[in-house]
Amino acid sequence: MSDLVVPIAVATIGAGTPLVFAALGELVTEKSGVLNLGVDGMMLVGAVAAFAVTVATGNEWLGIGASMLAGGAMALLFCAFTLTLLANQVASGLALSIFGAGLSAFAGRSFQTVTLTSPPPLHVPLLGDIPLVGPILFSQQALVYCSWALLALVSWFLYKTRAGLVLRAVGESPASAHAIGYHVIPIRYLAAIFGGAMAGLGGAYLSLIYTPTWVENMTAGRGWIALGLVVFATWRPVRVLLGAYLFGGVTIAQLFAQGAGVAVPSQFLSALPYLATIVVLAAISRNPNTIRLNAPVSLGLSYHPDG
Amino acid sequence: MSVASPAIAIVLTAVVGCALFSALGKNPLTAFYTFFVAPVAGVNGVAELFLKASPLMLIAMGLAVGFRANVWNIGAEGQLTVGAIAAGGVALHFYGSNSPLILPAMIVAGALGGIAWAAIPALLRTRFNANEILVSLMLTYVAGLLLNYLVHGPWRDPQGYNFPQSQQFTAAELYPILIPGTRLNASVLIAFGAIAAGWAFIEKSFLGYQMRVAGLAGGAARYAGFSLKRTVWIGMLAGGAAAGLAGVGEVAGPIGQLLSSVSPGYGFAAIIVAFVGRLHPLGIFLASLLMSLLYLGGEQAQMSLNLPPAITGIFEGMLLFFLLGADVFVNYRLKRRRTARGAPASAA
Amino acid sequence: MSVPRLQLSGIRKAYPAVVANDGIDLEVMPGEIHAILGENGAGKSTLMKIIYGVTRPDEGEIEWEGRRVTIASPAVARKLGIGMVFQHFSLFETLTVAENVALSVQGAQRGANLKARIEELSQRYGLPLDPQRLVHSLSMGERQRVEIVRCLFDDPKLLIMDEPTSVLAPQAVERLFETLRRLAREGCSILYISHKLDEIKTLCHSATVISAGRVTGTCDPSKETSESLARLMIGRDLPVVAHPAPAQDGEVRLAIAELSRVSADPFGTDLKNISLTVRSGEIVGIAGASGNGQRELLEVVSGEEPLERPGVITVCGVEAGRLGPAERRAIGLAFVPADRLGRAVVGSLSLAENALLTANGAGMVRRGFIVFDAVQRFAERCIERFGVKCGGPSAQAKSLSGGNLQKYIVGREILHEPKLLVVSHPTWGVDVNATAFIRQALIELRDAGAGLLVVSDELDELFELCDRIAVIAGGRLSPAKPVAETSVEEIGLWMSGLWPASQAARVA
Repeated sequence: MSDLVVPIAVATIGAGTPLVFAALGELVTEKSGVLNLGVDGMMLVGAVAAFAVTVATGNEWLGIGASMLAGGAMALLFCAFTLTLLANQVASGLALSIFGAGLSAFAGRSFQTVTLTSPPPLHVPLLGDIPLVGPILFSQQALVYCSWALLALVSWFLYKTRAGLVLRAVGESPASAHAIGYHVIPIRYLAAIFGGAMAGLGGAYLSLIYTPTWVENMTAGRGWIALGLVVFATWRPVRVLLGAYLFGGVTIAQLFAQGAGVAVPSQFLSALPYLATIVVLAAISRNPNTIRLNAPVSLGLSYHPDG
Repeated sequence: MSVASPAIAIVLTAVVGCALFSALGKNPLTAFYTFFVAPVAGVNGVAELFLKASPLMLIAMGLAVGFRANVWNIGAEGQLTVGAIAAGGVALHFYGSNSPLILPAMIVAGALGGIAWAAIPALLRTRFNANEILVSLMLTYVAGLLLNYLVHGPWRDPQGYNFPQSQQFTAAELYPILIPGTRLNASVLIAFGAIAAGWAFIEKSFLGYQMRVAGLAGGAARYAGFSLKRTVWIGMLAGGAAAGLAGVGEVAGPIGQLLSSVSPGYGFAAIIVAFVGRLHPLGIFLASLLMSLLYLGGEQAQMSLNLPPAITGIFEGMLLFFLLGADVFVNYRLKRRRTARGAPASAA
Repeated sequence: MSVPRLQLSGIRKAYPAVVANDGIDLEVMPGEIHAILGENGAGKSTLMKIIYGVTRPDEGEIEWEGRRVTIASPAVARKLGIGMVFQHFSLFETLTVAENVALSVQGAQRGANLKARIEELSQRYGLPLDPQRLVHSLSMGERQRVEIVRCLFDDPKLLIMDEPTSVLAPQAVERLFETLRRLAREGCSILYISHKLDEIKTLCHSATVISAGRVTGTCDPSKETSESLARLMIGRDLPVVAHPAPAQDGEVRLAIAELSRVSADPFGTDLKNISLTVRSGEIVGIAGASGNGQRELLEVVSGEEPLERPGVITVCGVEAGRLGPAERRAIGLAFVPADRLGRAVVGSLSLAENALLTANGAGMVRRGFIVFDAVQRFAERCIERFGVKCGGPSAQAKSLSGGNLQKYIVGREILHEPKLLVVSHPTWGVDVNATAFIRQALIELRDAGAGLLVVSDELDELFELCDRIAVIAGGRLSPAKPVAETSVEEIGLWMSGLWPASQAARVA
């Protein structure tokens, strides 16, 4: 059993990484007061873009770049509707998800039978050879290292820089921020586009590394789980990482249950991540003060600039 | 004014659609004809139109009751699935019986199944403040997996060559056909009934008024003493019941059994129908016909023009986006003219 | 002849239904404390928004220190040296004082320097502040200090104060005046917007009076009387409200006994041991700067916050702790909240549809369905009897002016002939005529035998309306004293929480 610890840990991290990207991106978006429910659609578009470009060019970094562009473009569309035209954020987010699913299915139709080989993990010499810790922390995919770097970046940005302070202020009270002289709408655009790019990146991880193939609706709702994750983490970056790995672990439970010879129908195990999301949402939302003290006050509300 | 936005959205979708057809190398006019006109030529076409519109209008009406009150039931697809499972369970349990009570029992079971599945997000919202959008959506995936398990395992047809499907339902377990030679069955009457009931509830009832207030201004609803909990429950369960009934409509209708998938995304399309129909019974009726046309057109385009099936999804998404845009535009212009009235209050 | 710091000529700003500013001229000299005096709705706020760059004028010129300027945004205004302290603070509650100041400071200022400068400024101008405290834990007066310090960082040459004393107790007002006088002595000009005549007479060097969007006069307020200023403000003398003596010993309509309650809102005020009685035929007032527990108290009275323990609150003789708002209305309660749009009425619904909100049935609902005729008739009656200027019962609630909407809301509640009417801030943002009308209507309701509870932060209003008056401070309620036996000064003192302990209930 002990020789399962490393594979389980590695697989958990792998399963959680797309959630880390998408949830951290959405966290930044929500910190500015914007609720973008279209995360799943953006992930799908990112996934298909990454796959298509990688197949066409043979270079997965171009694919990754394409995924960020695609996700960011979808977010831009969302912003145009909700921030400039002041459409309802919930309805627009849903529209984005549905549209993203349709668009990605359409764009990916000729790639359904293509398979890629995922690149080998990046092995850090010396550190990567440490027993137990080595393979888990120092012998991961490049994108996994990127996700950790992203965590550090987002944390530093939000809490140690002035720009991050401004972002948080905008999410707290756009009217006050405007009164002081900050341009609320452009700041929200940037935050949301960043969130879209990250969602796209999460999608790229799915189609390039996790299961290096393209299948319609391959996120299986991960974008929605990422949304729940942001709430579960009470909008704090480090908790997002922990939560993502928790869900990652739940996701791969199926593999290890089968490995351990447990006879549970596969569908029940597949349902675990969704059930887990529901449970943690209920647990964290239970105390209204938790949300009140942590959620950006203006989240989801349309901001009407004066005049 | 209220009709302007959907009209604009439809026109824009058609225009962009034609451009899309061109880009794919098809003659836009032929494609337009194949997509929007050919499917409804003839009695059979019209029957198919109403057959597909029926679950859409039914679910959309139920969802609209909740949406008007800011209760966001996004899991109608899952509630439809559970309704189908419940009805199918009754059908399989009493398999072989010719009792006239079977079909009504299936209908009731389906409604209860949808209600039960919608009750979970309602409970979690009223008790734990959990966001009903995420909970209802998560449950959609769970419902799909549950159905998958049932048709692969305990409910699989022993004579079915190991395909994931249940036994095919007997005549007593199916809706009677309304127009001979077509697939249009009596479940469409339930859909019409829902539209009428929805109209009465929304326009005339005090409860409908209370929910409207809750959706427009939560503070005012609280001030008036209108129960927020009741609003959430009614909002969620209306959609759940409607979706469950739609589920029965599918498995006791054109599908005639339980399969691993019993809906081509009606639960999600109904959300779009609700919005395009301005959350109003008449609008929903018309929008459901439009959406049904999109489905049929998509199938037709697949067959005769070799266009990919995903094209329907794109049209749906486009329609909703254009609606949102047109909506805002129309309201925005009116808002500019009305901004004046607001000025004195802020000038105080 | 020194150059005016700020000069406005012919400023005009029109919205489609009203001309907010019509040809306004204004001149402010360096070091001058200049009042902008006008009643609610006169156009003061619009003018200030133009000066601070939030809105642009349709016509007219602005000259800053002799140069023509266009103030395109608050950022531009601040660069010129104009600072503004808003009536409703633009602070971020979950951030610290230092972070709030940091957000509005131009140019990079390091952490340590920032805190030091905050402390220096707050010492110098008599505005004590702790930079590390979270804003939500500050009192209203302290929050205002943060707003002022924030402006002072820019070394402003003109400071605009928008109704600064509406949230302050009288003693804090004096402290504020000291700060402003000091700033003026150092050469900063101050634009002081208010409708409080005695404050302007005490503080300001000069005043420009605005009425209905036009300047009706400029003067030295210290040389004017309240009457002459009032006449400039509204064109005639202040209307007097007829106030005969109250009834004695009517039946108890509201009884609160030792109410203690932790606020559901983490930023709110906890209630401590509140006791109060309101009888039929009397008006009881609760004075206090906002943020002292009024909201929490009113939520308990209206039924929006239910109470578990019995025996704490009785409405019209009935134990009411567990009753919701609709049930309390059924036994004779009516409530006019401070917030209009979004609470007392739904802005996008018509006046008729809004009549249903508090009707509790009352002939408008039969077997679950709405009786539209009855609703229409009720709205028409309300509009007529209370002189509501509007486009009829089908007019959207948000299309009415503040005064007319408030008349409709108060009228709607009075028409239900309540035995107990609770009103919060009855004439906030309401023009003078509607104000007098509403106050008269409240007194007439009292004479008809109802009991009234009025919560307000305007002492003049309370002294005019009430038979007995109490003060709420920090979640505690003082005993209610007959108005004839007390004075504005005493109540002002009590607003700091300093009422005689022997008369107060047990302190928690």
